[in-house]
Amino acid sequence: MSLLDEVRLVAGKDLRIEARSRVTLQQIVPFGLIVLVLFAFALDPDRGVLKRVAPGLFWITVLLAALLAVSRSYTIEADNGARDGLRLSGLDGPALFLGKAAAIAVQLLALEVVLAICVVVLYGIELNSLFPLVLATLAATVGVSATGTLYGVLAAGLRVRETLVPVLLLPVVAPVLLGATRAWEAAIDGVPSDAWPWVGLLGVFAVLFTAIGMLAFGSLLEEA
Amino acid sequence: MPTVVRLRSAVCLLDRFPALAGVDLDVEDGEIVLLSGANGAGKTTLLRLLAGLIPLYSGDAAVLGCDLSRDRRGARRGLALVGHETFCYDDLTVRENLRFAARAAGRGPGAADAALKRVGLDAVGDVVHRRLSAGQRRRLALAVAWSRDPRLLLLDEPHAGLDSEGRALLDEIVRAAPGEGRTVLIASHELDRIRSLAHREVVLTAGQATLPALVPVPAPAPEKADVAP
Repeated sequence: MSLLDEVRLVAGKDLRIEARSRVTLQQIVPFGLIVLVLFAFALDPDRGVLKRVAPGLFWITVLLAALLAVSRSYTIEADNGARDGLRLSGLDGPALFLGKAAAIAVQLLALEVVLAICVVVLYGIELNSLFPLVLATLAATVGVSATGTLYGVLAAGLRVRETLVPVLLLPVVAPVLLGATRAWEAAIDGVPSDAWPWVGLLGVFAVLFTAIGMLAFGSLLEEA
Repeated sequence: MPTVVRLRSAVCLLDRFPALAGVDLDVEDGEIVLLSGANGAGKTTLLRLLAGLIPLYSGDAAVLGCDLSRDRRGARRGLALVGHETFCYDDLTVRENLRFAARAAGRGPGAADAALKRVGLDAVGDVVHRRLSAGQRRRLALAVAWSRDPRLLLLDEPHAGLDSEGRALLDEIVRAAPGEGRTVLIASHELDRIRSLAHREVVLTAGQATLPALVPVPAPAPEKADVAP
C-alpha cells in the first residue's frame, strides 16, 4: 500500500468511529458553543469589545476544543488494546501520524465552521476579506492537528494523559493562537494584506510540526 | 528447516522486574510449540516480546530473521498475536475491524470476509464490537490474526472464553497451520488439549525456559472409509 492509501485507511477508521460514536457532534461542538456563549455573557455590556476580541475568543475556543479532539483520538486507541493492534498492524509511523492528524483536522474544520457562524451571529462581526481568513484557518488547523497528534502520542500510554496533554500542548500552540488571531483581525476589519505574514507563520508552523510528527511518531508509538 | 524464532539469554523487564530472565529458545518453521508454566512464569511476556510489543533488555532475539533490537516492524509484518484483548475498536463493526486489520497488512477485503467465515462470525459481521459476547470477541481476535495470513501465529490462552464449537474450530486452525506454512506458539493452561496438537512443549519457570520436553506428534486421525453396510 502507498503512503496515501495508509493515511486514508487510518483517517477513515478514526472518522468512521467518530461518525458512529458522535462524540464530536454531541460533546465537542456543544462545548465550543458554550464557551463562545460564556465569553459573550462575560463581555456583553459592550458589544464593541466583543467585536474587537472575537478572533482571539474564537481561536481560544478552537484550541480548547482541539484538546478534547486530541484526547478522544487516543482514547479510542486505549480500549481493547487497540494501540497494540495499531503497532502490530504493520502500518508506517508517518502514515499513522498523518492519518490521525487528518482525522482531527477534519473534525476541527467542521467545528470551526459552526463556531464561525456562531461568532458572526453572537458577536456581530462583518467580514472584510475571505481569502486570507480561509488560508489562515486551514494552516492553523493543520498546525494544531499535527501538534496535537504528536503530543497526544507522547502521553498516550500514561495514566495522566488527559491532564498532561493540555499542559504540554497549549504552550506549544501559542504561535498558532497569535498568528491565527492576527490574521483574522486583519481579514475582518483591518488591512487584508496585513494577514499574509501571519498566514506565512502559520504555514511554517504547520509544515514544521507535520515533518517532526512524521519522523517521530513511529518511535513515540513504540514507547507509548 | 529455517529458524523462525531464536532467543539467546533473552531478558525482559516489566517495571524493572525481570519477567524473562535469560530465555533460550529455537522454534523451527512449521512447528507447533506449547508454552506452559505457572501464572506469572512469563508466557505472555515471551509472546509479547516475540510480537515486538515490549523491548528486549539484554540478550539476542530474532523473529522471522529480523533482529528484535533493531527491526521490530520487520518481524511484525509476518506475525500475528492473539492476546488477552482483541485489538479492535468498540464502535466499528466486526467486518469493519477485520477489513481494517486486513488492509493494514496489505490484504484485500476478501481476506477479511474469508476470515469472518472461517471463524463462524458471518452472522454478526455488521454488529459493532462493543455488543459482542466474550466468546465472539475471542473468535474475532482469531479472525483478525488469521486475516493477516501470518507466518508466525502467537496465541495467548486462545481457548479462554470459547464454547466447545469455538474450541474445536481453534484446534482445527492450529492443526492446519503447518500445512499452510505457519508456525504456532501457544501459551496455555489447557495442557492436555494443546499437547494433542503441539509438536513439543517448552516449560517456563520464573521467567526461564527449561529444556524443551519432546511431545510425540499426534498421528492424523484415519479417514473413515465408506463401507457398505
